Amino acid sequence: MAKELIKGNEAIIKGALLAGAECFFGYPITPASEVAHAAAFYFPAIGRTFLQAESEIASIQMCYGAASAGVRCMTASSGPGVSLKQEGVSYSAGSELPIVIADIMRGGPGLGNIAPEQSDYNQVVKGGGHGNYKCIVVAPNCGQEMCDLTILAFELADKYRTPVYLLADGFIGQMMEPVEFPEPMTIDQSHKAEWAIMGNTETVRNLITSIYLEPEELEDHNRKLQRKYAEIEKNEIRYEEYKTEDAEIILTGYGIVSRVLKSTVDALRKEGVKAGLFRPITLFPFPKAKFAEMAEKVDNILVAELSNGQMVDDVRLAIDCAKAKVHFYGRMGGVVPTVAEMVEKVNEIVKG
Amino acid sequence: MAKDILRKPGGFMDTFVYKPGHDKKNTHYCPGCGHGILHKLIAEALEDLGVADRTIMISPVGCSVFVYYYFATGNIQVAHGRAPAVATGLKRANPDSIVISYQGDGDLAAIGGNNILQAANRGENITVFFVNNAIYGMTGGQMAPTTLVGQKTMTSPYGRSVENEGHPIKIVELLNALESPAYLERTTLEDSKNIAKTRKAVRKAIQCQIDGKGFSLVEVLAMCPSQWRVSPVESKKWITDNMVPYFTPGVKRDVIDEREGYYPERPEIGSETILELLGLRKEKLFRDRSMSDVPEKYRNPQIKVAGFGGQGVLLLGQTLAEAGMRYGWNVSWIPSYGPEMRGGTANCQVNISEGPIGSPVVDFPTILVALNKPSLDKFEESVQPGGIIFYNTSMIDRKPARTDVEVIGVPFSEIADELGNLRFANMVVVGSILAKTKLIEMDIVKDALAEVIHHKKFIEPNIVAIERGASAV
Amino acid sequence: MPKIVVQIDHCKGCGMCIDACPQKCIEEDSDVLNKLGYHPAKYKGEGCIGCGICFYTCPEPDAIIVYKKDEVA
Repeated sequence: MAKELIKGNEAIIKGALLAGAECFFGYPITPASEVAHAAAFYFPAIGRTFLQAESEIASIQMCYGAASAGVRCMTASSGPGVSLKQEGVSYSAGSELPIVIADIMRGGPGLGNIAPEQSDYNQVVKGGGHGNYKCIVVAPNCGQEMCDLTILAFELADKYRTPVYLLADGFIGQMMEPVEFPEPMTIDQSHKAEWAIMGNTETVRNLITSIYLEPEELEDHNRKLQRKYAEIEKNEIRYEEYKTEDAEIILTGYGIVSRVLKSTVDALRKEGVKAGLFRPITLFPFPKAKFAEMAEKVDNILVAELSNGQMVDDVRLAIDCAKAKVHFYGRMGGVVPTVAEMVEKVNEIVKG
Repeated sequence: MAKDILRKPGGFMDTFVYKPGHDKKNTHYCPGCGHGILHKLIAEALEDLGVADRTIMISPVGCSVFVYYYFATGNIQVAHGRAPAVATGLKRANPDSIVISYQGDGDLAAIGGNNILQAANRGENITVFFVNNAIYGMTGGQMAPTTLVGQKTMTSPYGRSVENEGHPIKIVELLNALESPAYLERTTLEDSKNIAKTRKAVRKAIQCQIDGKGFSLVEVLAMCPSQWRVSPVESKKWITDNMVPYFTPGVKRDVIDEREGYYPERPEIGSETILELLGLRKEKLFRDRSMSDVPEKYRNPQIKVAGFGGQGVLLLGQTLAEAGMRYGWNVSWIPSYGPEMRGGTANCQVNISEGPIGSPVVDFPTILVALNKPSLDKFEESVQPGGIIFYNTSMIDRKPARTDVEVIGVPFSEIADELGNLRFANMVVVGSILAKTKLIEMDIVKDALAEVIHHKKFIEPNIVAIERGASAV
Repeated sequence: MPKIVVQIDHCKGCGMCIDACPQKCIEEDSDVLNKLGYHPAKYKGEGCIGCGICFYTCPEPDAIIVYKKDEVA
């Protein structure tokens, strides 16, 4: 299919519709509003449901309802809105509901600003809401992935019956790039009759709930969830490597930062510094083993984020006292580091 | 049709399989609880209306958190107060199902106040049973938004005071201020006559939904002998004496018969039509081309376009990116975003590259378009040596100072003005860029315009502007 | 003759039916302590007119069955 020059935020919606999304429930917030704009335009155009909810709290709960009815559904927001959604995300994880949530991150804390940050990492990757749960988190770094990873998010949500986040930043959301869209998918949802409540005789005995009154029962339920997360960690890790084979220093970051780091690697290589880029595409499951392996080979790993250092904690845990030293470079408030800035930082480390 | 035998209605599960413990036949409610009476009326209605199998009952948080133990329907347990939002999702996803939200006073009128208000205001075709017993039961007898003035609870131990907590909320009256609801009634369980009225209201509310007439809610004044600390029999009188005078029973809204039933339809749409409607089946001009015929210094440009908001800066960049894409090249476009947006200037950054684009951020452009003076002042220094600066002599009264870059001054705004609209200045720039750099051919940029300009009538004048821009350098 | 049957182990002894019965033909059975630990309601054996008021007043799903007509149970 011919390529489209399209904003990342809009690519999410076209990807979602091609993946068979039936419902979008949203609430406006910059810089995620274009996701809702596109949803408002395209969902009804092809006979599907768009509804602007009264709040972020309600929009995720509407997803809770639609997912329970056995259809693919999604919502989108940004930092402050995602904070509000955490109630519903915890319930959805507890009730094992497949829901896709796009988080187009902005600056925080509080109202912060509308510039790109990656400071939702902890609240999205570490759970955010109450309880022993995790969500799958996929992190696109280009327009094409805004489409492709949205589709993947729906597939993983269904496969594991769990909420899945598409974690992007304002930059990736606002950027236009060529995207090649797939053919519309025919999604067979009939297997969901096993658990969903579809308003028919077949599913009338199904129950969607997150309440388990007996401690042992709730523990069993939690253990089941942990087994699911272990399964996800076994099967679903995704990452990209760029010039890492002979690298002496690994640069790592996700989203827009990974794009800057890729150019940084090229610039450093021109200067004779053997740098490589490792980009986690899934943030949960986090590519722990891969980091551990790299940490035995290189002396330094530099983690760059648009935050105070959130993913870097996962890198440190993953390498578990291996040889490599972990460095961190972060910008906040909406400032994206330049390639020159990153080159300088790397040079400080390697020539240290 | 009157039945000869009254017994446990078919809307109940035969055995309460989800209920823990040995007792799978009786409710978890206290003796004399109003929930049990209402449950029976609902279960009977579901059976008699023949809709149990396609009904989804929503269990809230509160004493009725275990509604799902009892009803022979699809069941879903939800967060405190959110039932109307969940009901909305269920109903929108599957309009054929019958969705019943069963909520208590804390759930509906306190924490979920906005959720019920908005669902009612949207006229969601759902049925809500609102149990008002003026107290929080499950959490141990705390004050509810419907707790009566003077009523003592665990959190109003001196009695609810108007000064501290205000007056009890009258939900049906509140919702009656909205246009959308179809049916709103308040009933009570204080005696058999009123239970009969409640029975009728329950049926009517469900039928309202079956007939596609929209939002219905029945507020039921129900007894909570345990938390009121009276006997079950006394609790009936408690309703009569304390609740009924303030929460007046009666039909507050009934426009069911005035409405046409609405049944949303979900059309079957084929793949081709979906692609067309998503705008993915447009005829577009593509041409495989390498940059070898572009002068070397203009290849793989990193472009920054800057000017006032309203000068069409973003569209200018988008046109270049769209056109570049048509050759199979990699392109990226970013609007000014974040801190750079301050000060009323807009800019965008465009990469057009034969190879993959790493960072899409253009910190050091090879092409700078400066449409006003602040833009030139701000970005002149950042241009890469050997790069090129297009500047708008109509609005910039100085020449760029740089001597290591190519400098092209064009009165973009004046040309646009001559063409009849200052807003064409951006396309005059496009013309100048493609004439100077040979990066993009005229037929491609014209085709690209059709994609980036949504109003067809503006395409032709913009083409003229491009042509004028091309002849200006 | 109409009659009611109280399913003893499904009754919580709240007395709502006793209070509501227009014929006053239901009473508390103080001789019986049921599995739930209550003195259940008991039909006095005569006087029922099959009005069903006790059924709708009873909060438990399965505690009272009302036979409106002369039926074999």
